[in-house]
Amino acid sequence: MAVNPSSISGESAPLKKRGFFGNNPGDPIFFGMTALFASSVLIVCLLIGWQLYRAAAPAIAIFGAKFLTSSQWNPNADTPSYGAWPYIYGTLMSSLLALLLAVPIGLGTAVFLSELAPRKLRAPLSFLVELLAAVPSVVYGLWGRLVMVPWLATKQEWLGGPFYDWLSGLEKSAAGATGIKAFETYGLSHLVDGAPTGYGMMAGALILAIMILPFITAVSREVILAVPPTQREAAFGLGATRWEAIRGPVLKYARAGIIGGIMLGLARALGETMAITMVIGNSNAPSASLLSPASTLASKLVNEFNEAGGDQLAALMYLALILFGITIIVNALARLLIWKTSRGMRGARD
Amino acid sequence: MTTTTISPRAAASTRGALQESKSHRARRRLANALMWIGSALATLLALIPLLLVLGYVLSRGLPHFNLEFFTAVQKPAGETGGGMKHAIFGTLILIGLASCIGLPLGVLGGIYLAEYGGGKLASVVRFSADVLNGVPSIVIGIFVYAAAVYPVAQRNPGQGYSALAGGLALGIMMVPTIMRTTEEIVRLVPMSLREASLALGATRWFTTLRIVLGSAKGGVITGILLALARVAGETAPLLFTSLGNNFFSTDLRGAMASLPVTIFNFATSADDNWNALAWTGSLVLVLMIFVLSLAARYFTRNRFGASK
Repeated sequence: MAVNPSSISGESAPLKKRGFFGNNPGDPIFFGMTALFASSVLIVCLLIGWQLYRAAAPAIAIFGAKFLTSSQWNPNADTPSYGAWPYIYGTLMSSLLALLLAVPIGLGTAVFLSELAPRKLRAPLSFLVELLAAVPSVVYGLWGRLVMVPWLATKQEWLGGPFYDWLSGLEKSAAGATGIKAFETYGLSHLVDGAPTGYGMMAGALILAIMILPFITAVSREVILAVPPTQREAAFGLGATRWEAIRGPVLKYARAGIIGGIMLGLARALGETMAITMVIGNSNAPSASLLSPASTLASKLVNEFNEAGGDQLAALMYLALILFGITIIVNALARLLIWKTSRGMRGARD
Repeated sequence: MTTTTISPRAAASTRGALQESKSHRARRRLANALMWIGSALATLLALIPLLLVLGYVLSRGLPHFNLEFFTAVQKPAGETGGGMKHAIFGTLILIGLASCIGLPLGVLGGIYLAEYGGGKLASVVRFSADVLNGVPSIVIGIFVYAAAVYPVAQRNPGQGYSALAGGLALGIMMVPTIMRTTEEIVRLVPMSLREASLALGATRWFTTLRIVLGSAKGGVITGILLALARVAGETAPLLFTSLGNNFFSTDLRGAMASLPVTIFNFATSADDNWNALAWTGSLVLVLMIFVLSLAARYFTRNRFGASK
């Protein structure tokens, strides 16, 4: 039989039921305050989108969607015209090239650190790879500009000189022999056509690759480690070699998460600003050559933002809006993939 | 009783069908060895840039790592010597200002997610935190420019760029990180602790702030220090908010120098002395971040496995 405690002490009022907020004034205030502070991230996200759109509105009104494909950037002409294509191209191309370099190395490192390395080495080596992510972007830019670029310039003297001559010679003779002009217009020599300054797309891609490597490695390693051990054991039981066990069940299980990690690296590369501004050369014309200087959305903003006003400022805000949109989409896709993998594998453990 | 015998030929072909050929196994072993070598090589390739960058920062930064660097302000291009006192001071001020925004919003927001975090608002907030984390720092800088610097400059010409705006930009960047780490750490606090406190008659807010947060203190501080380490090295958001300053300044309403921006300016100049000082500045910045990260690890020592 339930005893009402208040009747024991003789109180006549019934015991109040403690609600969600309790029965004191502080609790609802606390709840409201923490909820408000938490919502601040939501509010800031919306504010960023709105503020950028508002500032870019004049440029959107004048140029519309043509902005995305135009290569004109003349603030000083009589009728100034602005176009984002060289910067969109530079951003996408440098990030994709960086991925091309960073993904094989990052995956190989992740496999080594999670499966193949001697156990004692795993923690210190992983720590070192993560240290790459702690170095600030401007320090990479400084090293890139004062060490890597001069070194690249010496390598590019051969690439842009004798190698280019040899390639274009091959293309010319191929075009002459077969009559197909395409050999000359689309030949590989265009990739190394340019002055060997060291600055350019190659430098940008290299420095980006170094910077996104730790992210790809860390995420891939975590995802590989999350694969249930039973999968590996089953493979070994069937007589698989180490590599076959990894290639089979482990990588197949981890595939979505690894792709998520790659997209995370891509998102990071797209948004990278300082290091790439300092090595990419900053030109306004898109070029296929790895040796020629280029620009990205971020580097253009760094170089022109503080002196710009009026329509030029609105055009730059339009660039920022495009960058904002691209990184949000890529980030969202990446998170979705990683989240989906870790969920899926948790279920497989049972 | 008759015994069935299998002819030697039949036995041999069965054996062949079940056994692996020598060449096939050799090929698999070769593939295995190649992959082992390949992934070890990849790891080596991954570590080479780290060693190169840190090596150069150390070797080129140490020569100017002296008292003058920490006590003098920069000299104009063309002269020798000088230091980054103004930049180091500026960075400390800026991360202090950033903490004023990042700490309350991040810690209390994280508490909300952990304590009341089952509903729709919490999911949306978590998603927004991830989105905000992924926004490029230059976009955040441009946002603060549009929201705080430009309007002020319109009304008071000559003003606008300020350390306050820079602190705001850095603070915004700190919030998602601190929020997520705080949420994870507060979730780890056992329910029994909360129940005991409530049973003793404490209010919910007291329980959460003093008891739960007190228990999670180490982890929360770790999150804060990691966020500080990340934000201390950021350059892009400061370029459009606190701008940078060639002189020592304590005016929060005016432009202020910072280590990353000064390093950027010195590194992109053609002046040899400035280039050399940029290396030393990088050394100081990397050391600062290293110390913050080590301190962060210190606060989570003994954390896992010790508490029940």
